[in-house]
Amino acid sequence: MDVARLRNDFPILGRRIHDRPLVYLDSAATSQKPRCVIDAVASFYAEHNANVHRGVHTLGEEATDAFERAREKAAAFVGARDPAEIVFTRGTTESLNLLAHGLARTVLERGDRVVTTVLEHHSNIVPWQILRSERGIRLDFLDIDDGGALRPEAIDDAPGLRTRVLTVTQVSNVLGTVTPIRELAERAHARGAVVIVDAAQSAPHYPIDVERLGIDFLAFSGHKTLGPTGIGVLWGRADRLRSLPPYQGGGEMIREVHQDRVLFQEPPARFEAGTPPIAQAVGLGTALDYLGRVGWEELADHERKITERMYRMANDRFGGRLRIFGPGPGAARNATFSFSLPGVHPHDIASLADADGVALRSGHHCAQPLMERLGVPALTRASAYLYTLPEEIDRLGDCLERIEALFARAPTRGNVANRATPDLNTAT
Amino acid sequence: MYQEVILQHYRTPKNFGPLSGATASGEESNPLCGDHIRVELKVSDGGVVEEVGFSGDGCAISVAATSLLTQKVKGRPVAEVEKISREDVFQLIGIPLSPARIKCGLTGFVALGRALHGEPSGSVSASEPVGSP
Repeated sequence: MDVARLRNDFPILGRRIHDRPLVYLDSAATSQKPRCVIDAVASFYAEHNANVHRGVHTLGEEATDAFERAREKAAAFVGARDPAEIVFTRGTTESLNLLAHGLARTVLERGDRVVTTVLEHHSNIVPWQILRSERGIRLDFLDIDDGGALRPEAIDDAPGLRTRVLTVTQVSNVLGTVTPIRELAERAHARGAVVIVDAAQSAPHYPIDVERLGIDFLAFSGHKTLGPTGIGVLWGRADRLRSLPPYQGGGEMIREVHQDRVLFQEPPARFEAGTPPIAQAVGLGTALDYLGRVGWEELADHERKITERMYRMANDRFGGRLRIFGPGPGAARNATFSFSLPGVHPHDIASLADADGVALRSGHHCAQPLMERLGVPALTRASAYLYTLPEEIDRLGDCLERIEALFARAPTRGNVANRATPDLNTAT
Repeated sequence: MYQEVILQHYRTPKNFGPLSGATASGEESNPLCGDHIRVELKVSDGGVVEEVGFSGDGCAISVAATSLLTQKVKGRPVAEVEKISREDVFQLIGIPLSPARIKCGLTGFVALGRALHGEPSGSVSASEPVGSP
C-alpha cells in the first residue's frame, strides 16, 4: 500500500493547522473523505438530483437507480444475501435505536434479559437503558479482563432469565479491541437471543461477512468508512427484519393509507420513512468501492505497522509513562490508541496537540461505563487509518514530549486528577 | 493558551482541598472531559466569605481558573461575590479560550454559583447540551 500516494486522494490532508501540516489522528470519530466521494456527492446534486421511488421522470429514475445501486454495494460489503436486507439509516446510532424500538415491541417482555458489554459506545447502551426504565427489561454488561478482552462466558450467567438480545461492538472505539463475535453469537443463540453487532468501528478496518459471523443484525456508519455523514447501514437477516414493526411512520414506508387503516411496506422500505439520504448513499457506495480497491490485507498490514510504531514510540520516548490502554500490538486490535500521560489532563493534551497541528480526541469517548471500568475520568485518543503515515506517529511523539516538558517545567506535585485530596491542603 | 500563570495554578492550586466547617457547597461536572469540581464556602454571620476551598479532578484550564477564582472571592462579602460575572472569570484567566475550552474555564464558576444559591448539585449539568464525541 503506497500511503504517500493514497494521501493525494484526500484533499483535506493538504491542510495546515496553526501553520503546521495537519496530522489527523481522529479517524475513529470520523474518517476523512477521498476526492472521489466528494465528487460523487457533488455530481449527484449537479447532474442527477431528484427524489427516489416516485418520479417517472428521467431524473427520478436516475436517482432511484443510483440509490438502489448503493444498497447493492452495501449488501456486497457486508456479505448479505440480498440487497433487501439493507436498510439505510442516519447512522449506527439510529440503526441501534431502530432495533431497540422494534425488539421492545416484539420479543422483549418485562424481566427479559438484554446483554451488552462494558466496551460499548453510549449508542449501544442508552437505547437499552431507556427500555430498562420504560419496559422493565434487565440489562447486563459483559466485563473485560485487564487486557481489554471480553469475557464471553458471562452470557451464560443468569440461567433462569430469558436472554433475548446480545448487542455487542465488534471493535471498541476506545481500546481498539476486536471482540470474538462468532463465539459470542454462538453462545447467545444457544440461549435463544437475537444477536446485534455494532460495526461502526470495525467496518472501516476489516472485511465483514455477516453469514460467517452468524449474527442477526449489524450496523455501521458511512462517515467512518470514508463516506458522507448522515448515512448509516443496518443489515438484518431477512426473516428478522420482516418480524420488526416500523420505526417511523411517513411516506415511502406504506403500501396503503386510509382513514381507518394502514398497510406497511416490506423491508427495507418499511424502515425508510420519508426522503432518505440519497446523495449520502451514493457517496457511501463510492466510498465502499474505494475501500475495496485498497484491499483489506494491505490495510491490515498498514495498521499493524502503525500499531508497532505507536508502541515503539511510547516505549522508546516515554518508557512506562505513556500508558496505552487495551490490548498490545500483537493482539487483535486496530490502530486506535487511548492513552494517559501522568501529570497532564487529556483535555490539555488535545488542546496543546492542536497547536502543533495534531488532531487528537480527549474525554470519555461516549463510553463512560468503560472509563469507570478502567478507573479513569478521561483519556486521550489517537486513532489512525489508511492515510496515516508512520512519520505522523513520530510527530505525535514530538508533540507529546513537548507537552510533557511544559507541564514538568517547575516542581510538580503530580497530577491533580490522580492525587489524594487531603495532600493538597498544603497547597494554599 | 498555557501561560505560566495557568500552569502554576494547575500544579499548585490555591485553596485546594476540602474545607472543614463549610456552610455551603456546590458542584459542577463537565461530562465531556470527565472534570468534576466542588467548591465549598464558609460564610460568616455577617455574610462574608471567610474561607473557600475546592476539590476534584480537572484539566489545567478548569483547575487554574477555579484557583484564581477562589483567590478573588476569599474575604469578600457574599453580595460582591454574587456580582462576579463570566467575563470577570475570563479576565482572571487572562488568555483567550477557544470555544471548546470555555466550559472548562467556567466549571469552578458554576460550582461557586451553586454554592452561593444552594442549588442542587450535579443534576443541572445533565440537562445542559453537551457535545458528543
